[in-house]
Amino acid sequence: MVGGRHAAGASAARVQPASRALRPAIKLPAMADSAALPPEPVRPTLPQLFGAFVAVSLSGFGGALPWARRKIVDHKGWMTAHEFNEAFALSQFLPGPNTINFAVVFGARFGGAMGAAVALVGLLGPPLVIITMLAFLYERYGDIATLGHILAGIAAAAAGLLIAVIARMAAPLFKRRDWAPAVAILAFIGVAIMQWPLPLVFLGLAPFSVALAWPRGG
Amino acid sequence: MDQSPLLTLFGYFVVLSLFAVGGANAAIPEMHRVAVEVMGWMSDKQFADMFAMSQLSPGPNVIIVALIGFHVAGLAGAGVAIVAMCGPTCVLAFFVARTWDRFKDARWRIAVQAGLVPVSLGLIGASAFVLARAADHNWVAGVITAATAAVGFVTRVNPLWIFATAAVVGYAGFV
Repeated sequence: MVGGRHAAGASAARVQPASRALRPAIKLPAMADSAALPPEPVRPTLPQLFGAFVAVSLSGFGGALPWARRKIVDHKGWMTAHEFNEAFALSQFLPGPNTINFAVVFGARFGGAMGAAVALVGLLGPPLVIITMLAFLYERYGDIATLGHILAGIAAAAAGLLIAVIARMAAPLFKRRDWAPAVAILAFIGVAIMQWPLPLVFLGLAPFSVALAWPRGG
Repeated sequence: MDQSPLLTLFGYFVVLSLFAVGGANAAIPEMHRVAVEVMGWMSDKQFADMFAMSQLSPGPNVIIVALIGFHVAGLAGAGVAIVAMCGPTCVLAFFVARTWDRFKDARWRIAVQAGLVPVSLGLIGASAFVLARAADHNWVAGVITAATAAVGFVTRVNPLWIFATAAVVGYAGFV
């Protein structure tokens, strides 16, 4: 671990020797405005990349991104907060599971295709082993009444937790006095009440929503 | 059956992944619609159980597709489902990441992202609705859902405590 970090530091120094020398003098103001400085990431090695995403995958209950941020920005210093936000915006912009996209974007940045693959296996491997064991147990013992009752209780709580999450996420949206809340409500009605297929609802709503969001002026 | 279940799983999750804007949680209603209503792979209760298990395990929410795949076609089904759900979008992410700097400030990029936010929020809301309907088959379950929603909204208590409490209530035979 320590040896790897030294090697990583050396390669960063080779890339940007000037900014490295400057760093101590402007360390304090840099906290206020990290975007003003040329970024000087500590580059992770492939095993470090793998280890970091294994740790993220095993510590994140209910979505792994907050843990990824803590690990990558606060603990390791592999990205500034600004860079993390950019990579996060990209992984949200792309279709597919966000955390998976983030692992690919992050891994590719530090290790190309190999880095992306390593981050992905680190993120998905351990949870897949756990979930497969759960799946075996469920297929075998899922019919036992007691287990069914326990899972029914947890399922009711899991649904409630998702209601809490979406209520928090949507609160700022419903303070807006424009088209956005209507789009969210239409998406909800189409999928939850009418039970239309997702592609249909998406293709029906997204073009209008994007057109309405088009920046004005210029 | 005129088509292998593995092929069905693969095609279905590839298409689903391309419309899963807002993460795996936004795609829950479509998974439910296909797995329970269209294909009849499982019951409402089994689907709710699988979501519960995916929330009990650490890691990204998308692992629920492995549970669905496993239920349909065993280990191979789990592998096929996860590869289909993540593979094509990962390849896309890899190539878009290289050109991101070129269009991250483009006006269309900003409009697409801002326009998709309310859509994905509506979809995640629909997920919560569909899951509550599948899980709340009696009034005790409804109370658990409502209480969890209130506690989760107001406090930042670790979800595992809530799950443990709900498990005890379930074990006591009330749910």
